[in-house]
Amino acid sequence: MDAIKVIEIKKSVFEDNDKDAENLRKELKDKGVFLLNLMSAPGSGKTTTLIQTLNRIKDKVHVAVMEADIDSDVDAVKIREATGVSSIQLHTGGMCHLDAEMTRQGLDNVELKDVDLVVLENVGNLVCPAEFDTGAVRNAMILSVPEGDDKPLKYPLMFTVCDLVIINKTDVMPYFDFDLNRCKEYIHQRNPKAQVIPICAKTGEGVDAFAQWLLAEVNAWKNN
Amino acid sequence: MHELGIVFYIVKDVKQVAEENHVEHVSSVVMDIGEVSTVVPHLLTDCWRWAADKEDVLRGCEMKVNTIPAVTLCGDCNKEYETVKFGKTCPYCNSKNTWLLRGNEVEINSIIV
Ligand SMILES: Nc1nc2c(ncn2[C@@H]2O[C@H](COP(=O)(O)OP(=O)(O)OP(=O)(O)O)[C@@H](O)[C@H]2O)c(=O)[nH]1
Ligand SMILES: [Mg+2]
Ligand SMILES: [Zn+2]
Repeated sequence: MDAIKVIEIKKSVFEDNDKDAENLRKELKDKGVFLLNLMSAPGSGKTTTLIQTLNRIKDKVHVAVMEADIDSDVDAVKIREATGVSSIQLHTGGMCHLDAEMTRQGLDNVELKDVDLVVLENVGNLVCPAEFDTGAVRNAMILSVPEGDDKPLKYPLMFTVCDLVIINKTDVMPYFDFDLNRCKEYIHQRNPKAQVIPICAKTGEGVDAFAQWLLAEVNAWKNN
Repeated sequence: MHELGIVFYIVKDVKQVAEENHVEHVSSVVMDIGEVSTVVPHLLTDCWRWAADKEDVLRGCEMKVNTIPAVTLCGDCNKEYETVKFGKTCPYCNSKNTWLLRGNEVEINSIIV
């Protein structure tokens, strides 16, 4: 009975999650709910950008927010206070990303029949969230100017999985040697289809373009 | 901590395979990890030690890591080259029209019982 036996598995660690994510996307399609997964490094401006954007779109679509955080709930409270949009906090239990199963558990706490759009603020991190499909319809990420224009070269997977890259904190451009054209070139080397929108979440400059992109995506998802 | 998250998926998959095959104890798990997968092998094995010892069927189970070298193919001259050394730019013809053939794997290869 103690003979050594090898059992072949040959299975990607991400395979089960990819299936869960695909199923979740199908369900969201049936329900007519658009899920946006918003990612970035810590502090790039996800919450600030969301506040600006929600205030522009909240009268046009029914929207809810899910804030993923390792352990706090400051962002969910901030969103609620600054926009009045309903916002729930998901704790990842120490994990550095959300997977499709955790996203589904979060969505169980949202009244999906009353919303068109759910925005998920993922955990601040440029590596892990890119590897785990959450089941979102679109992925967007924020790269802020102080992080440097070479990030698409250093974190290629993140830029490959994103449909939209928002370049935030354009107000501090004069203090950093951030070259917007060079950055776009690096992004498009990784992902020729990615859209790029420069914004300043602090003043709201450029946020209209993001709001329009988002509304158009929500409409396309509901109507096609 | 990236590797820890991955370890939980491995634990789940391996436990499932063990159950399906009526295995009482798994003595090792063999992983195929690509060179540019962003998974650091020694962190993965450290996390594995911690997580595996919490499960009866995996207690003391060793993790072996095969590193899969990363290889990129050039779409213009059709040659293959080492990704880690040359990155996105083909060393033969300078083209950037290149893509990764392998080296991104995070796979469970097999278990030994
Ligand atoms: N100068 C400048 N600062 C900004 C801008 N957008 C955000 N910030 C500041 O950047 C800091 C982080 O912003 P947050 O919106 O909290 O960033 P976040 O990505 O949600 O952060 P985490 O959730 O902790 O990962 C805050 O102090 C913001 O005021 C901007 O356009 N310009
Ligand atoms: Mg935040
Ligand atoms: Zn070439």
